[in-house]
Amino acid sequence: MQDYKSSLSNTDSRKFETFSYLPTFSDEQLRKQVQYIVNKGWNPSIEHTEPENASDTYWYMWKLPLFGESDVDVIIKELEACRAAHPNNHVRLLGLDNFAQCAGTSMVVYRAKT
Amino acid sequence: MACFKTTPQEGVPREEVAAAVAAESSTGTWTTVWTDLLTDLDYYKGRAYAIEDVPGDDTCFYAFIAYPIDLFEEGSVVNVLTSLVGNVFGFKALRALRLEDVRFPLAFVKTCGGPPAGIQVERDRFNKYGRALLGCTLKPKLGLSAKNYGRACYECLRGGLDLTKDDENINSQPFMRWRDRFGYVMDAIEKAEVETGEKKGHYLNVTAPTVEEMYKRAEYAKELGAPIIMHDYLTGGFTANTSIANWCRDNGILLHIHRAMHAVIDRNPHHGIHFRVLAKCLRLSGGDHLHSGTVVGKLEGDREPTLGWIDCMRDSFIKEDRTRGIFFDQDFGSMPGVFPVASGGIHVWHMPALVNIFGDDACLQFGGGTLGHPWGNASGAAANRVALEACVEARNAGRELEKEGKEILTAAAKHSPELEAAMETWKEIKFEFDTVDKIDAVHK
Repeated sequence: MQDYKSSLSNTDSRKFETFSYLPTFSDEQLRKQVQYIVNKGWNPSIEHTEPENASDTYWYMWKLPLFGESDVDVIIKELEACRAAHPNNHVRLLGLDNFAQCAGTSMVVYRAKT
Repeated sequence: MACFKTTPQEGVPREEVAAAVAAESSTGTWTTVWTDLLTDLDYYKGRAYAIEDVPGDDTCFYAFIAYPIDLFEEGSVVNVLTSLVGNVFGFKALRALRLEDVRFPLAFVKTCGGPPAGIQVERDRFNKYGRALLGCTLKPKLGLSAKNYGRACYECLRGGLDLTKDDENINSQPFMRWRDRFGYVMDAIEKAEVETGEKKGHYLNVTAPTVEEMYKRAEYAKELGAPIIMHDYLTGGFTANTSIANWCRDNGILLHIHRAMHAVIDRNPHHGIHFRVLAKCLRLSGGDHLHSGTVVGKLEGDREPTLGWIDCMRDSFIKEDRTRGIFFDQDFGSMPGVFPVASGGIHVWHMPALVNIFGDDACLQFGGGTLGHPWGNASGAAANRVALEACVEARNAGRELEKEGKEILTAAAKHSPELEAAMETWKEIKFEFDTVDKIDAVHK
């Protein structure tokens, strides 16, 4: 039997929704998830925040959503640019579904050290 | 418009029976009365407009009946059901009668309140996107004290579940009164939210002996800041359900709907009301979640018809599709969708199939499949969360979940000892009984 390691004092216990119970994605895994967002016809959008504010509804938007962008390389370059500008922040990628008027998906792709 | 599967007494012609069903479920009584002549009965009459064979069953036939919209009070599924499944079901000329499907015209749909929030709004409130919600019904279903119950809730939520649920049998019994339960559960939610940084909820069951008592419990849940409450819509009744749905809309609280008693009404293939009708009625009456069956777990439900009534819960427009048991096009217009809830005898091994069948807009509830984990609820919850996320990741990457499920879960378990232990615990459990109520085309 194992103890379940999680506590208020350990900041590693803080999760950030979809995919935060999996190990960080490799570059190849990330590519496939970006491709999925493109295939769905969703608008990619990049957001970032300090880890201590990760449970807030609104994160900082990186520029504007990449409306209509379907080039996976362009999207990944923007993700990298956001990370380079904010190395101490979590960076998440959303797929905005303008028909459902709701995010189709949202995933943290770069995790800041906590 | 409605479709009835009609089993007549021997020797009674189909046309006669269909016309009698139309009359008895609309304006008619057993004889002609003089007051009929005081109104324009031709306008108010229900009409049997088509008769069809039931594939594979000669004892019965489908009678299609159209009703004028003015027979029904605006916004009242109660009124619709009182006519369509009222006296006519006891009719002596019939051996059995089953309401298979109903098409509600958009003009009627627009008079109903519908889900208090709906799928998109619930996602925004809970901040959960791109995957199904994960839940768990707390067990044992009866007998825990309020404080022990809150402990079970806290352990599930800190382990990675989004939601936990009162069992439907939990109302306010001597072993745990509702007010005590609400308090401890809210403590559990609040601590789990701070600990994990994620939004959490628990369906507080406000089903009660009277509507006044139900409101009292709902008000207290609101006072404590509960994001979601729960009602049992068939045992509680449609009037109570529509009222609590309106209350939820007014108060910004989500509404989970349980369906105890449904199998009494919908399981017999020749008599009663099909669940797809009960599901449509719930969407109109109001609810943000509704139990739908799992296809793969311990409870009844074939795959294609289940997909049919899941569409009726979630989609804006559902096309006629007999292979899924959908007899009519149904337009819900802008009415929000209801999350189907898959609950009953499911565990991590079912996850690939569940993600494939239900997609993201569903709530997957693992009761025994969380609490039965040998290391406890938190580990059980984490195992389910890892399994769900691994399946979603694989699906997004274009892999075939039901073919490659074992490899996907095994790979994910390398990073999660909790998942590995869960896979070991439930590797032998299967539920392989045949379903009783199948789609008619496959009866033979």
